[in-house]
Amino acid sequence: MSVPNDLQYTAEHEWVRLDGDIATVGITQYAADALGDVVYVDLPKAGAAMTVGSIVGEVESTKSVGELYAPLDGEVVEANDAVAASPETINADPYGEGWLVKVRVSGTPTLMSADEYRALIGG
Amino acid sequence: MSHESASDSAFIAPLQHSPLHAEHVALGAAFTDFGGWQMPVRYSSDLAEHHAVRTAAGIFDISHMAEISVTGADAGAFLDYALAGRLSSLPLLKAKYSLLLDEHGGIVDDLIVYASAEAEYLVVANASNRHAVVEALVARQTDFEVQLSDLTEHLALIAVQGPVSRTVLEATEGLELRDDLSRGRTLDSLGYYAAMGMAFHSTSVLVARTGYTGEDGFELYVDAEQAVALWRALLAAGEPLGLVPCGLAARDTLRLEAGMPLYGHELGRSIQPSQAGLGRVVVTDKPRFVGKAAIDAGLAPDARVLVGLTTEGRRAPRADYPVMHGDTEVGLITSGALSPTLGYPVAMAFVDPAVREPGTALEVDVRGTRVAATVVSLPFYDRKAAS
Repeated sequence: MSVPNDLQYTAEHEWVRLDGDIATVGITQYAADALGDVVYVDLPKAGAAMTVGSIVGEVESTKSVGELYAPLDGEVVEANDAVAASPETINADPYGEGWLVKVRVSGTPTLMSADEYRALIGG
Repeated sequence: MSHESASDSAFIAPLQHSPLHAEHVALGAAFTDFGGWQMPVRYSSDLAEHHAVRTAAGIFDISHMAEISVTGADAGAFLDYALAGRLSSLPLLKAKYSLLLDEHGGIVDDLIVYASAEAEYLVVANASNRHAVVEALVARQTDFEVQLSDLTEHLALIAVQGPVSRTVLEATEGLELRDDLSRGRTLDSLGYYAAMGMAFHSTSVLVARTGYTGEDGFELYVDAEQAVALWRALLAAGEPLGLVPCGLAARDTLRLEAGMPLYGHELGRSIQPSQAGLGRVVVTDKPRFVGKAAIDAGLAPDARVLVGLTTEGRRAPRADYPVMHGDTEVGLITSGALSPTLGYPVAMAFVDPAVREPGTALEVDVRGTRVAATVVSLPFYDRKAAS
C-alpha cells in the first residue's frame, strides 16, 4: 500500500501536499482501494471556504459513497476539473493526477506524518 | 474521507471461508463480509469485472450460498407445502426459482430448487438466511416422509457468466460429458434453468444454466475437495477467452441492471411476493402451503410495490434514500448504482401504487439534493434486447 513519505495525512484518509501556503489535497490509495472504482466526484468550487472537519465533497464508487472532509482551514483556489470528468483517475493515480483540490491555507494545520498514517491503516 | 459500505455484516461472528479462499488470496482479492462469510468483493476493478461479464465472461465463487438436500418419497409434496411454488411437478434436472414464506406471507428467503434426482431436490438459499431456511424446513416436515441435509460445507459453487461461458466450459480440461450423468444433454442444448451432471476427473459436477447477472451462464456445484482443481481449470480455459475472476461488487451491479432482487434489499419478511413483482412465483391454487391464508387475503390497496427508477446526472440513489412526489415521500430506494453498462443511475424502490406506472416523474432525495427520477419497467438491461 503506497503511503508517500513526502505527504501528510488525515485520519479520514486524505493526503495533503504543502507548498508554501498552498495545500494540494486528495484521497489516499487506501481510501481509493476501499471504495473501488470511483465513478462520481463532487468537489467544492474555487473561492469556497473550508473549515477543518467539515464535509466539502463526495467521492462515489459503484458500491458506496465517501464524504470528503476538509483536512485544514482555508479557501479553495482550484478544483481538479479533469478528475471530475474522469473519476477513474483517482484509482489510477491517487497521489498524482488524481488530486482533488488546491487550498490557500490559513493557520497551521494539524496533520499526520506518513508513519502515523501507516500505523493507522495497519500498513 | 469516511466510507460506508452496503454489505458490511452487522454483527461479529467468526467468518466462514470458501474452499477457494486461498485461491482468492493468491489472486489478490479484496474481501468483504457477506452473510457470515468472507468473500471476494473485487480482484482488480469492479467496473472491469462487470464489463467482462457483459462482453466475455466472469467466474465467481459463490460458495457462501447454502445447499440443502431434500430426499424421500414425500419430497415433492413437502416442498409444495413448505415453499410458494409447485415443486412436485418440476421435471427431473430442471430448476425453479421459488420463495419460502412465513405465515404472514412475508418472504423468509428466495431460493433456487433443483430436481436433482428421483425423489431428490436441492434447495439453494442465501448465506444470510441459511439457518432460517433450515429451521423453517425442519419445522414444516412433521407430516412428511423426508430427510433434510445441509450440504453447504460439503459443496462449492462456482458461477461462470457471460456470452462466452459455454465456450469456456467446453474448453475446460477434465470437465466432460458422460452419458450416465448428462443423459443426452449437452452444454449447447441445455436450456435456461435446466441442469445436468458432468464428470470432472473422477467426481460428478451438477452444471446448471442459471445465474444472477442477466447474461447466459452456468453454475457448477462441486464437492468442496474438488473445488480448487475445477476453479483453476475453468480459469485456465477461460483466460484466453477474456474470462476474469469477479467479486461480489460486480455481481451486485450486474444483478441490479438485470432487475433481479437481492434479499435484504428488495425482499424481506415485511414484503409479500406480489409487492416485489413475484406474484407469479406463488401457486395459489395449492390446497395448502405456509402463508396461503395471508396470500389469499390479498394486499392492502395502498401496499407499496417494487419499481425501477432511472435518474438524471451521475449521483446514484442508494438504499433507504426517500423517493419524493412533490413534497410527499412516496417510497424508499432499495438498491441503486450508476449502471456500468448503461452509463446512467438505475435504482429499485418500493413506492406507493399511485406512482408505480412507467413514465411517472418522481424525485429522489440524494443526501439532501433532489434528483429527477422516472419510473421505468424492469429489467434495466436485457441482453436479448441489447444484442
